[in-house]
Amino acid sequence: MTVHRLECVVNGEPVSAEIEARLTLSDFLRHDLRLTGTHIGCEHGVCGACTVILDGQAVRSCLMFAVQASGRSIRTVEGLADGEALSPLQQAFQDHHALQCGFCTAGILTTAHAFLSQEPSPSEERVREVISGNICRCTGYLNIVEAIMAASSHYGGRHEDADR
Amino acid sequence: MKTQIGEPVRRREDLRLLRGRGRYVDDIHVEGQLHAVILRSPWAHGRIRSIDVSAALESPGVVGVFTHADFGEQLRTMPLRLSGIPGVEAFLQRPIAVDKVRFAGEPVAVVVAETAYLAEDALPLIEVDVEDLPPVLDWESALEAPALLHEAAGRNTASVSVSRGDADAAFRDAPYTRRESFKIHRHTAIPMETRGLLAEWNEAEQVVTVWGATKIPFYNRSILASMMELPEAAVVMKVTDVGGGFGVRGEFYPEDFLIPFLARKLRRPVKWIEDRQEHFLAANHSREASCNLEIACDLDGTILGLRGEVMFDIGAYIRGTGTVSPTRSAQFLPGPYTIANFACTVNVYVSNKTPIGTYRGPGRVEANFFRERLIDMAARDLGLDPAAMRRSNLVPKEAMPYDIGRLVAYEGPVQFDSGDYIALFDEALREIGWQEKAAIQGRMVDGWYHGIGLAPFSESSSGGPKEHARLVLGDGGGIDLFVGSTNTGQGHETVFSQICADELQLPMDAIRVICASTDQLVDSIGTFHSRSAMMAGNAVRITGGSFRKAIEALAADYLGRPNVPVEWRDGAFFRNGEPQSVTLADLARFAAERGEKVDVTDVFLNETLKPFSGGTHAVHVAVDPRTGRVKVLDCIAVEDIGKVLNPLLAHGQALGAMVQGLGGVMLEHLQYNEEGQLLTASFADYLMPTATDFPNVRSKFMDLDRAPGNPLGVKGGGEGGIVAIAAAVANAVSAALAPLGVEVRELPLTPSRVWKMIRDAQA
Repeated sequence: MTVHRLECVVNGEPVSAEIEARLTLSDFLRHDLRLTGTHIGCEHGVCGACTVILDGQAVRSCLMFAVQASGRSIRTVEGLADGEALSPLQQAFQDHHALQCGFCTAGILTTAHAFLSQEPSPSEERVREVISGNICRCTGYLNIVEAIMAASSHYGGRHEDADR
Repeated sequence: MKTQIGEPVRRREDLRLLRGRGRYVDDIHVEGQLHAVILRSPWAHGRIRSIDVSAALESPGVVGVFTHADFGEQLRTMPLRLSGIPGVEAFLQRPIAVDKVRFAGEPVAVVVAETAYLAEDALPLIEVDVEDLPPVLDWESALEAPALLHEAAGRNTASVSVSRGDADAAFRDAPYTRRESFKIHRHTAIPMETRGLLAEWNEAEQVVTVWGATKIPFYNRSILASMMELPEAAVVMKVTDVGGGFGVRGEFYPEDFLIPFLARKLRRPVKWIEDRQEHFLAANHSREASCNLEIACDLDGTILGLRGEVMFDIGAYIRGTGTVSPTRSAQFLPGPYTIANFACTVNVYVSNKTPIGTYRGPGRVEANFFRERLIDMAARDLGLDPAAMRRSNLVPKEAMPYDIGRLVAYEGPVQFDSGDYIALFDEALREIGWQEKAAIQGRMVDGWYHGIGLAPFSESSSGGPKEHARLVLGDGGGIDLFVGSTNTGQGHETVFSQICADELQLPMDAIRVICASTDQLVDSIGTFHSRSAMMAGNAVRITGGSFRKAIEALAADYLGRPNVPVEWRDGAFFRNGEPQSVTLADLARFAAERGEKVDVTDVFLNETLKPFSGGTHAVHVAVDPRTGRVKVLDCIAVEDIGKVLNPLLAHGQALGAMVQGLGGVMLEHLQYNEEGQLLTASFADYLMPTATDFPNVRSKFMDLDRAPGNPLGVKGGGEGGIVAIAAAVANAVSAALAPLGVEVRELPLTPSRVWKMIRDAQA
C-alpha cells in the first residue's frame, strides 16, 4: 500500500503524517491524532456527526480522504473553545439543554459555527434548514435550534472568525 | 442552602461532551489492540454446507478468522432476561451461526486483524456455501410455513393468554360491539452511536475487562461469566459515555460474547465497532405487530369490555427482552380506563428477520395505537364526542390505587399507584384547543384537511426491585458518588448530584458522580423502564443519609467527644457554639490515620408499588389529500411524572421522545423484500426525523401528584413522551380525512400510504 505524506493544520497546530491514501479524514483525526471528539455515525455522509470545519466550510470528514486535506486547515470540536471556557455557542448548548447523549453534538457545533460565521443573523427557519443535515436522536432538535438562535448574537459581523 | 431538587440545573456532563472530551467506546485505545469485523449472513434462511476461511487467513494483517467451531464445543445460547411466554426458550440464539442461518445479518464468522481496514479487506475472502431455504417473512406465513425456523421447537409460534373480569360475558350482554384489525410497522431505536466493544484479557490474573457496557452491565457480566466459564469476579464491565440507548443498546448481543472470547483466545485486546449498516441488520428491531381488537360499550359510551389478540413478529430468535413488547402490549391495552372485563391472547411468531427487543415505550406504543383508534371508531358509531367518551371512562382519582390485575405472567397483580388522569386529559384538551378547533375538525382549509387527535395513556416505570449507591470520602475531602444506573444521555451526573447535594447540604460541585463499572459497586439492576430517577435517585438519597451518619460519627470521634452533638453546616462540622470547624478533608485524614476510609454503600428496595405516570397526547395535523403529506401543526404531551427533579432535563426527555415517536409514525420503516433482505439498512433509506420535520412540539408537566411508593415522590419520565404519539397522530389523521371515509388501521403514515388510504376509501 502506497504511503503518502500529509501536511495540514489541525486546530491551529501543524500536523504531518505518513498515511495510506484510503484513510478517511475522520479515521485520521480519531485514530491517528486521537482527536476523538469527532464522531462517526454512518460513514456515508448522511448523519453529520463527523462534521469538521475545513478552511471555514463545514465538511463531512467521513466522506474525505485524509490526503485530500493536504495544505488545508481543519478545526474540530476540540478547537472550538478558547482554553477551558466554553465558546458562546457551546455555552448556549448547555444553557438550552441542546444535547443529551452528546454523540451528534460535535457535528452540530461545527456545522452551526461555520454557518453562523457566514450568516450571523439567520431566521429560525434557516437554522432548521442548515442543521437538517445533522441527525440527533435524543433532543427532537427544539433546544438545538433555540441554542443556535441564542448564540447567533455572538457572531454578529465577525465573518472572518470562521477558522480562527 | 438552596435546594437543588426541582431546579432547572444545567448539566455537568455537558462541559465534557461539548468540548469533545467524552469517552465513548471507540475513543478508548489499549496498546496492541486488534480489530474484529463480523461476516454476517447475506441469506435470510439457509443451511450452512461449508465455510472456507483459507483465503481470508492469507490476507495481510489478519491474525485469525473464526467460525462456530472455534468458540467451544458447547456453544451456549444467550439467555432470556424476561420471560412471560411459555415455549419461547426454544427460539434462543447462539452467538454465531452453527448449522443454519436464520436472518440476514446473523454472525457467521469473525475476522481479527491488526487494523479495521485490514480486517475488512479479508472479510469478502471468506467463502460460505449455503443451501437456500424459503424465508418466513410475516406472522401469517409463519403459521402456515412448511419451513420451521427452529426444527427442534417443532413450531414457529408461542402464546399466552391474560385476562381480568369476564370479557365474554360482557360482550354477550353488550348493546354495542365493534371488532377491528390494526397493524403497526417494524421500526426501532437507532441511537446515533452504533454498538461497540473493547475486550482485554489479563492472562496473569485470568480476568477479562470489557469496555462499552451500558444499560445492564452487572447482568451482562453474569451472562458473560457463565458463557466464558469464568467466575463473575473475573469479568469487569467498564462503563463509558454512551451515544443513546433507547432500550436497544446494551442488551447481551452475540458480539458481547464473541469479542471477549476472542480477546482471551488471542491474548490480545480486541475491539469491534459496529458500522451503521450492521446496526440496522443486527441490533434489535421493534414494534411490528398486528392486533384484532373488539370493544363492547353501553350506548352512553361506557366501555364494558375489551378483548382481542396481538400477533408479534419477533424475528428469527428470542433475545433477552424479546417478550417484553408482546406481553406489555396486553397489559397496556385497557389503558387508563376503568375497563372491568378484558381478555387478550399474546402470540409471538418467529420469522427470518432481525430479532426484536425493547424500544422506548415497548408494548405501550403498540397498545395505545390499537385501543385509541378503536375508541374513536366506537365514539363515531355511537354519535359521541370522542373526548367526552374517553373522559367518562378514565380511571378517576378517587379510585386510586386502582387494581389493573395480573396481565403480565412474570409479575404479580399490579396497581396504578396514583394519578389524576381526568385533570391531565382536560389540560391536554385546553392546550390543543379542542373546543375552539371543533369547527375545523375534518374541514378543508386552503387545500389541507385539518384533524385533531387525542390519546390518553398510563405508563409504568421503575421495575427491578433494588438499586445501590455508594459514597466515598476521598483523601482530599472530595466526595465520589457511584451509581449503578448507567447513563445513555439522560443526565445522570447532574440529577444524582442534585439529590446528593440536597441530602448532604453541599454544593453540587463537591460531589463527583460516577456511573459505576462492575468493579466499583456491589450490584445494579440497570437503566431501563424509566427506572433511574426513581430507583437510583432514591438509592442516592438513602446512601446520602447513611454517609452523613458515618461522617457525623467520625467527626464526634475526631473532636474526642462522642456524646456532644455536632452541627453540619457549609461543608464542615461545628461543635455547639464553638467557631472552630472540622472539614471533610480533616475527616478523610483522620480516617486514614486510623486505617479507615469512609466508604458507604446502601440500597433502595421497592418490591411492591411501582409508579405509574399518566397523561394525554393531543395532536393537530393538516393533510394534503393530493399528496398524502401530513403536517404536524401542534403536538402536546401533558404528563404527570410526580416530583420533577430537574425540569430542564425532564422536558428534554419528553420532547426528544415525542419527536422520536413522530418519526416512528411518519418516517421510519424497516422494510424487507420477498427474499428477506432488509431494504432500509442506511440513513438514506431509513428516514430519521430531522430539524425541519417536527418544529411544533410541546411538553407540559402538571405537578399534581407524588408517587406514594418512594421518598422522592418521583415517577419515570423517559418514555411518556412517546407512548401515545402514534395513537394521537393516527386519530388526528383519521379525523382530518373522515369526510373522505378514511380510518387509519395501519402505520406508518408516510405520504404514499396516506395517499393510498384516501384512494382506497374513494374506490
